[in-house]
Amino acid sequence: MENAQAHITAEDLTMAYGDFLIQKDLNFTINRGDVFIIMGGSGCGKSTLLKIMIGLKTPATGDVFYDKEPFWASSDAERELTKRKFGTLFQSGALWSSMTLAENIGLALEQYTGLGAAEIREVAAYKLMLVGLAGFEDYYPNEISGGMKKRAGLARAMALDPDILFFDEPSAGLDPISAKLLDDLILELRESLGTTVVIVTHELASIFAIGNNSVFLDPVTKTQLATGNPVEMRDHHPNFDVRNFLQRGEAA
Amino acid sequence: MTKAALQLNDSGQDSLLLSLSGDWLLDAERPDPDEVISRLGQASKPKSVAFNSEDLGEWDTGLVKTLIAIVQGAHENGVDIDASGLPTGAQRLVALAFAVEEREGARRVFRKESFLEELGKNVMSGLASGRELLTFTGELVLSCGRFLRGKATYLRSDATQYIQEAGAEAFPIVSLICFLIGMIFAFVGVMQLKLFGAGIYTADLVAVAMVREMSAIMCGIIMAGRTGAAYAAQIGTMKVNEEVDALTTLGMNPTDFLVTPRVFALIVMMPLLTVYGSLMGILGGTLVGLSMLDVTLVQYIEQTLQSVHLNSLFGGLFKSVVYGILVAVAGCQQGMACGNSALAVGQCTTKAVVMGIVLIVVSASILTVIYINLGI
Repeated sequence: MENAQAHITAEDLTMAYGDFLIQKDLNFTINRGDVFIIMGGSGCGKSTLLKIMIGLKTPATGDVFYDKEPFWASSDAERELTKRKFGTLFQSGALWSSMTLAENIGLALEQYTGLGAAEIREVAAYKLMLVGLAGFEDYYPNEISGGMKKRAGLARAMALDPDILFFDEPSAGLDPISAKLLDDLILELRESLGTTVVIVTHELASIFAIGNNSVFLDPVTKTQLATGNPVEMRDHHPNFDVRNFLQRGEAA
Repeated sequence: MTKAALQLNDSGQDSLLLSLSGDWLLDAERPDPDEVISRLGQASKPKSVAFNSEDLGEWDTGLVKTLIAIVQGAHENGVDIDASGLPTGAQRLVALAFAVEEREGARRVFRKESFLEELGKNVMSGLASGRELLTFTGELVLSCGRFLRGKATYLRSDATQYIQEAGAEAFPIVSLICFLIGMIFAFVGVMQLKLFGAGIYTADLVAVAMVREMSAIMCGIIMAGRTGAAYAAQIGTMKVNEEVDALTTLGMNPTDFLVTPRVFALIVMMPLLTVYGSLMGILGGTLVGLSMLDVTLVQYIEQTLQSVHLNSLFGGLFKSVVYGILVAVAGCQQGMACGNSALAVGQCTTKAVVMGIVLIVVSASILTVIYINLGI
């Protein structure tokens, strides 16, 4: 992307659960407007990296910088402010089951904006329309299908017009058509809103369809093997494991 | 169906020919491969093993299981396997089973821990959970401050829902239990006090016991089983479902949102339930007293009114508030500490109930001693 601007930077990030090292020495840069893929084999710490980036888990060492501002080294209050610019779609949608879809989307609006109840409902309806769920405002999460839950979760993630959208395995558990539609939706939103998107996935079709930047985590060496454009990594990366992963185990 | 059979043919020093015949099915009797395997371990072992399956009938996992045992035995003893005599399907399955080598260190080794080691681990985990409970309590106190100042984020509709669940919906069970407890107390009282000709004091016994102690304890235990368990399961499921994480990422404090409203619901409803439970208990006692003693309703009520002082009532109400807090804290704390599986939700629910009941009984003893010393 031209006149690319670093939006998120990870510096010497090490993650661990207690004494158990997950990944070390992670360094990568995500530019504004990127669709950034975090990929790697099962159990390599993709979701943990995401948790560190959205403030759910503290890194062992290193830091993540948002617009050059350190995230973990800042005060709690500053971190809360930074977090307000995030939208997160969890693996299962993680919709609050005691609330309707409109209430799910409206909760953050109620908290952080001065909007009235009627206006909040209108915004919620609009967000649901964006994800193709017009008319589902008064449904409870257990009344809709898995794909619809993900879409509703996306609508909730977009409630506060975030600068950065995080996705944890968006296409897991979706049929190929729904997965494709979700990919299209992510791209469409990126184009129209200019949001930076960070996705954890190992779905190759999605990686090549929407990703323009990525990091590859390796569970054996416990560090990143590559970072950059996934298509270039597939075709030209010197490391066999990276090519092999991206070519579905058929690398020469 | 013909019986499975395995025949060993030593065709010279080099090769051992195994002839398979009959139907090799999992639910039928099959020959043991041990004979073959021990043959492979002998000093005069063959160089290779071959198979003849011309007379083999039907086969399933029963055959492949035996083959794998033989192949493993052969590998261990450095004997070659010539699988070409096997049916194609079985050849492929055996090849597939050995296609990926066992990952080094993947197999779990179960080691018996020494007593000291186990003791140490238990102490450490006990300390860790104690620290967790303290952290939780601290967060809860801060959150209660925000709640009272109106700065906490929570849904009014959720709060009223909790109040209804912990209050109105508990009425039937509280009625039944307290009514029966009152009757039991009255039975015991009548039987014993009649011996001294002091049967009328049954009214005192029932009223004081219900108002001071029993109603609060019974309501507490009912709430531990009903509401404490529900809190743990609700919050635990939200945890498993990443719903708690979703709150955190939106900058909302999960304690404010999930725990404090639940705690306050029990703080508000427990005294009401306790008063109601006392009434039900006295009612039960009255029925027994009237039917077994030679007193009138007016006499019994008069005796009851004389026996209960305001101190007893307030003492009982204070206890009920304490029990309510303990039950809510046990339920919510276990829910928030829940692990990441369906199994963990069940465990945290059980723990919440056990912890709730233990805390109630322990605090009841402590409070009773304090009351006696204060002369209440």
